[in-house]
Amino acid sequence: MFEKSFIKACFGSLWASVLSLLFLGVFGLAFVKLSQWMVIDAVFTGTTSEACRDATGACWVFVRENFVFFMYGMLEEKEYWRAQGFVVGALVSVSLLFFKKTRPLGLWLNFLGMPLLALGIIYNPGAEGVTWDTDTYGGLFLTLFVAYFGILWALPVGTLLALGRRSGPPVIKIFCVLWIEVWRGVPLITVLFMSSVMVPYFLPEGVELSKLTRAMVGIVCFSGAYMAEVIRGGLQGVQSGQGEVSRALGLTWFQSMRFVVLPQALQMVSPAILNNFISLFKDTTLVAIIGMFDFLGAVQAATKNSAWLGYSTEGYVFAAILFWLFCYGISKLSRRLNPAGHLT
Amino acid sequence: MKESKVDIEFKQVGKSFGSFIALRDINLTVAKGEKIVICGPSGSGKSTLIRLINQLEDFDQGEIQVFGAPLTLKTKSRFRGEVGMVFQQFNLFPHLTVLENITLAPVQVKKLSPEVAQKKARELLALVHIEDQAHKYPGFLSGGQQQRVAIARALAMEPKIMLFDEPTSALDPEMIAEVLEVMSDLAKLGMTMLCVTHEMAFARMFADRVIFMEKGQIVEIAPPSEFFSNPKTDRAKEFLSKLQH
Repeated sequence: MFEKSFIKACFGSLWASVLSLLFLGVFGLAFVKLSQWMVIDAVFTGTTSEACRDATGACWVFVRENFVFFMYGMLEEKEYWRAQGFVVGALVSVSLLFFKKTRPLGLWLNFLGMPLLALGIIYNPGAEGVTWDTDTYGGLFLTLFVAYFGILWALPVGTLLALGRRSGPPVIKIFCVLWIEVWRGVPLITVLFMSSVMVPYFLPEGVELSKLTRAMVGIVCFSGAYMAEVIRGGLQGVQSGQGEVSRALGLTWFQSMRFVVLPQALQMVSPAILNNFISLFKDTTLVAIIGMFDFLGAVQAATKNSAWLGYSTEGYVFAAILFWLFCYGISKLSRRLNPAGHLT
Repeated sequence: MKESKVDIEFKQVGKSFGSFIALRDINLTVAKGEKIVICGPSGSGKSTLIRLINQLEDFDQGEIQVFGAPLTLKTKSRFRGEVGMVFQQFNLFPHLTVLENITLAPVQVKKLSPEVAQKKARELLALVHIEDQAHKYPGFLSGGQQQRVAIARALAMEPKIMLFDEPTSALDPEMIAEVLEVMSDLAKLGMTMLCVTHEMAFARMFADRVIFMEKGQIVEIAPPSEFFSNPKTDRAKEFLSKLQH
């Protein structure tokens, strides 16, 4: 039920009433049209585009028929375990972070266990003994894979860079400033191109990194630089007295950062960190530029399939809904991850 | 280290911030257990003087000895916690509860177990009369309560010297009394204490000696009875007369 004050605020004056009615009108019209297209006139059954030939609404058959491709990309069915193993591992490791008691274990799993698992997933030859090419990775699996490691590693890399820039000895300071300014000044697309085309030239002979690994290292370097500047803002916001009193109490520099300064700094800039997480998640779609079929890339590829021409709207709407769900999820969940206070 | 009767010794100490001379020719000996009040107009170097003792600032000239050993870059980590400090702005850790504020350093620096540290923290909270606030965050306490937590936090490291940098200057009048009362209690425990303050009634009762500073120099050192009734220098006279108005 609406509160009286709410109704009064909406229709209290002539102006408010006009605006409220206008809003209701526009919103209502959009809602009706959208539900007509998405649900009432939409086609849900069938297996080919034939089923949608006479439809005036959305053709969800397209999404359903391509769903597996959207999720796994070109991965063959017998290799699905790679994707499933990763998703299960990531879910477990991340959810451990949300409980005070399991958080230390969660940190170990996320920062040590998961990279090892990822190496296993990427480099395990599988049943046939062929070295597995990450080029077949795709779909939502690839998006989550890249986003998970990008988001997770951006934070520690950014923290180290920010600390180095603020209080490191001159050499480290210069290194951090250069690092931040260079990576921040280059478009992500360029970073991805370099990782895919240039880096192999510089690797010593015999050393081969998969394209996926190279792209992810590039993304972490890039997002770490952005994160560093956000965290530096937080560090500057912590009162200098906090550091002084830590020293007076006998805490080392490391202890004072770990227990006093960083928890406050991270908490202070948590909305901006969250912002970075979300934009990083969406930026992962740029890996399409170097020929990787992430979720959006897979959707795009499917719309170009001659059997399904003309259904790109459905594809993009589906992609938008899924991206929104994930970003909203990140936003809701990170709010619960209070970096401060789990002491004694 | 041999047992010495002297806790702190300044010899010809000078300190400048760029072209501004903060301290010059400071000579001072503080005996073990002595209570000293430092007063003087703002900008006279009072805070800088006590901040040198626990090495929150470095000095340019002369020598400072604490517990019989000269302060150098190397000693920066040695006296940690042995020289406790209470700040004008309290500087409590806002993201930690009162209890966590007090136990952080004993657990991390002295490696006490959390249980032992908490037991001790509760005793200290009782000493400063706020045992019932242990699980609150600093933001929910009054200024006077916050400053008493800050005192308890410094005491948790079992310091031999306590430094107070204008501990009541940021407080409302009715809260000043409760903090001064705690400090008077501490004076009975026998620690060496140096206090920068403008609370002259408190100084009269608390101090063994009063130091009057101006423009980075010690102008006068005298027992409070002498300093307040019969200051030797004109500048001290002027300062005291201004305080009374």
